Amino acid sequence: MTASLIEVVNIEKDYSTGAGVFQALRGVSLNIAEGEFVAIMGASGSGKSTFMNLLGCLDRPTRGSYHLNGQDVSRLSSDQLAALRNREIGFVFQGFNLLPKLTALDNVALPLLYAGMAREARRKQAQAMLARVGLGERSHHTPLQLSGGQQQRVAIARALATRPRIIFADEPTGNLDSETSRQVMDFFSQLNREEGITLVLVTHEADIAAYARRRIRFQDGRVVEDVAAAALAA
Amino acid sequence: MIFSSLFETAWHALATHRMRSFLTMLGMVIGVAAVILMMAIGQGAQAMVRDAIKSMGSNLFIIMSGASTSGGARVASGSAPTLTFDDADAIRDLKDVLTAAPVSPGNAQLIYNGVNWSTSVFGTTPDYVVVRDWPMESGGFFSEADVRSGARVAVIGQVVARELFGDEDPIGKIIRIKQAPFEVIGVLAAKGQSLDGRDQDDTVMVPISSAQQKVFSNSLRNRARFIMAQAVSEESMNVAEATINDTLRSRHRIGSGQEDDFSVRNLTAIAETAAATTRIMSILLGTIAAISLVVGGIGIMNIMLVSVTERTREIGIRMAIGARRRDVLWQFLIEALTLSLIGCGIGLALGVGGAWLVGSLVPELPVVVTPASVLLAVGVSFLIGVFFGFYPARRAAGLDPIEALRSQ
Repeated sequence: MTASLIEVVNIEKDYSTGAGVFQALRGVSLNIAEGEFVAIMGASGSGKSTFMNLLGCLDRPTRGSYHLNGQDVSRLSSDQLAALRNREIGFVFQGFNLLPKLTALDNVALPLLYAGMAREARRKQAQAMLARVGLGERSHHTPLQLSGGQQQRVAIARALATRPRIIFADEPTGNLDSETSRQVMDFFSQLNREEGITLVLVTHEADIAAYARRRIRFQDGRVVEDVAAAALAA
Repeated sequence: MIFSSLFETAWHALATHRMRSFLTMLGMVIGVAAVILMMAIGQGAQAMVRDAIKSMGSNLFIIMSGASTSGGARVASGSAPTLTFDDADAIRDLKDVLTAAPVSPGNAQLIYNGVNWSTSVFGTTPDYVVVRDWPMESGGFFSEADVRSGARVAVIGQVVARELFGDEDPIGKIIRIKQAPFEVIGVLAAKGQSLDGRDQDDTVMVPISSAQQKVFSNSLRNRARFIMAQAVSEESMNVAEATINDTLRSRHRIGSGQEDDFSVRNLTAIAETAAATTRIMSILLGTIAAISLVVGGIGIMNIMLVSVTERTREIGIRMAIGARRRDVLWQFLIEALTLSLIGCGIGLALGVGGAWLVGSLVPELPVVVTPASVLLAVGVSFLIGVFFGFYPARRAAGLDPIEALRSQ
C-alpha cells in the first residue's frame, strides 16, 4: 500500500493511580497504511483500549510520537484534536453511544453540525448516509425505537457522516447477536474493500478478528503479535 | 458551529425536560415579575408623593397653636388656640414672608336641597389660596371685606360640588352649614390627595370670622388654630422661620428660657422627607426584587450543574465526534441563557399584568411600568444567564472525553 496513514513510534502512556504510576503502554511502534483493515486484540488490561484512545485522538501519549496522515498529533491542542476527530476519524462503540433523545437522522447529522455545515445540507447528507446503511426509511425513529443492529448501523452512518479516512470500532459487535454481528462485519468489510476506508477494530473475539486482514495482539502494554491475514490463512 | 443550531440544540434539550425547565425558569419568572412590579409600584408611589407635594404649594410654613412638645399634663398641640389674627397679620408683614393666612378648621354637615354631606370646613382669609397656590375653577374667592364683615359666603371644593350639586351649577346657590345659610360664590380647582392621604377637594372654605360666629360657635374669637405662611423664596426659608419665631415670642411675651406656646413647622422640609422616604422604600422594594432575581439565577446554575452531570456521556459522545470545548461551552451557556430569557419573558408579562392589576385595584396609586425597568429586567436576566450559566458550561467543556464516554 501507499504511505502510512498512522505512524506510531515508541509510544508510552502512564496513568497516575493511588498506588503510583501505572504504565498502560510501554513502548509501542507500528504503522498502519491507508486502506488497511486491522484487528487489535488482547485481554482486558492489555493496553489495547488505551492504544485505541490514542489512535482516535481522544488522548495524547505521555512519551513517543504519533503522526496521523503526516501530522504530529501529540503537539495539537484539544480543540485541534476535536477538529481532527471530526474530519478524519469515525467512531463506532460497543454501546452504540447514540443520543437517545435525537432521531436517527439528527444523530447522524451531529458530526456535520460540528463540521460547520448548514442545516439543510446536514440533513441531506445524513439522510444519504442512513440510506447507505439501509436505514433510509427509519430516519425519524429514535434509538429506542430501533433494534440493536439498527442502532449500530445508525452509529456507523454517523461515523461515516463526515467522510473520514479511518473508522475506529471498539467491540462493535459486543452487544449484538451472531447474525447481526455478521451483517455489521460484512458491512465493514465492504466499506474497506469498496471505498478504501481504513478500519481499526478492537475485539477479543477471534471470529470477528478474522474479518480483518491484519491482526495485532497486545499484552501488558506491548505488541506481542502483528501478523497479516495471508500468514494467518497459511 | 453555527449559532442558530446552538439555539436549536438548546431548545431541544430544554423541550425534552419540560417540567424541569419550567421549574428552573420559575425562579427567573418570579424574580423578573417582582422587579417589574416593585419598580412600577415604587415609581407610582414616588409620582403620588410628587403630586401631593406639588399640590401643597411651595416654601410653606405651618404655625400651630400650642407647643409642639407638650410635657407633663400640658394639652396637645393645636388644642388651645394661642394664635390670633393679629399674629397672622404680623407674620404677613415680615420681610421674608410673602403672605400668611390664619385658619380655623373643623367639620360640619352641609345641606343643599335635601342632600347632606359631611366635610371639613376651613375658616380662613383670601391669603390662604394664595399660599396654597390654589386656583379657582369657577366663580371667585371671598374678599378681605367679606372676612371683616363676616359675610356668609362659601367656596367649595370639587368633591363637595359633585356630592351636593351633581350637574347643577353651584354658583349663587344657598347651602346650609350647620344650619346657617351660606351663598356659594366659587368652586375651587381640583387639588387631589394631600401627603397624609386626605382628599383636599372634600372641603368648604368660608371667611374665618363667619366660621367662628356661625359654624364653630364655641371657638374663641379672633383666634386661629394655625397660620399658613409662605416664604418669599426657598433660600429665605431659614431666615423666615427664625423671624416668625422671634416675632411670635415677642408678641406673646415669652421670656428667654420659657417654652413657646406655638410651633413652626417647615412643611416643605417635611415634604422632602416624605419624598426621600418614598424613594428609599422604592429602592428597598427594587433591591428585594433584585435579590429574588439573583436567587432565580442560582436556581438556573443549580439545574445546569445537575444537567451537566447527568449528561456527561452525551458530552463525551459529542466530543468524540468532533465537538470542540467551546462548542460544548456554548451549548450549555446558550441553554442557561435560553432558560433565563424565556423566564424573563414570562416574568415580564406577569409583572406588567400584575402592575395593571394593582393599578386598577388601587386607582389612586399611579402604577407605571417604565421602559427603563423593562430594559433593566431583560439586561439583568441576560447577565444572570451568562454569569450563572458560565460555571456549569465551563465544567462541561472541561470534561475529559474518554472519562465522559465511560460514565453511565
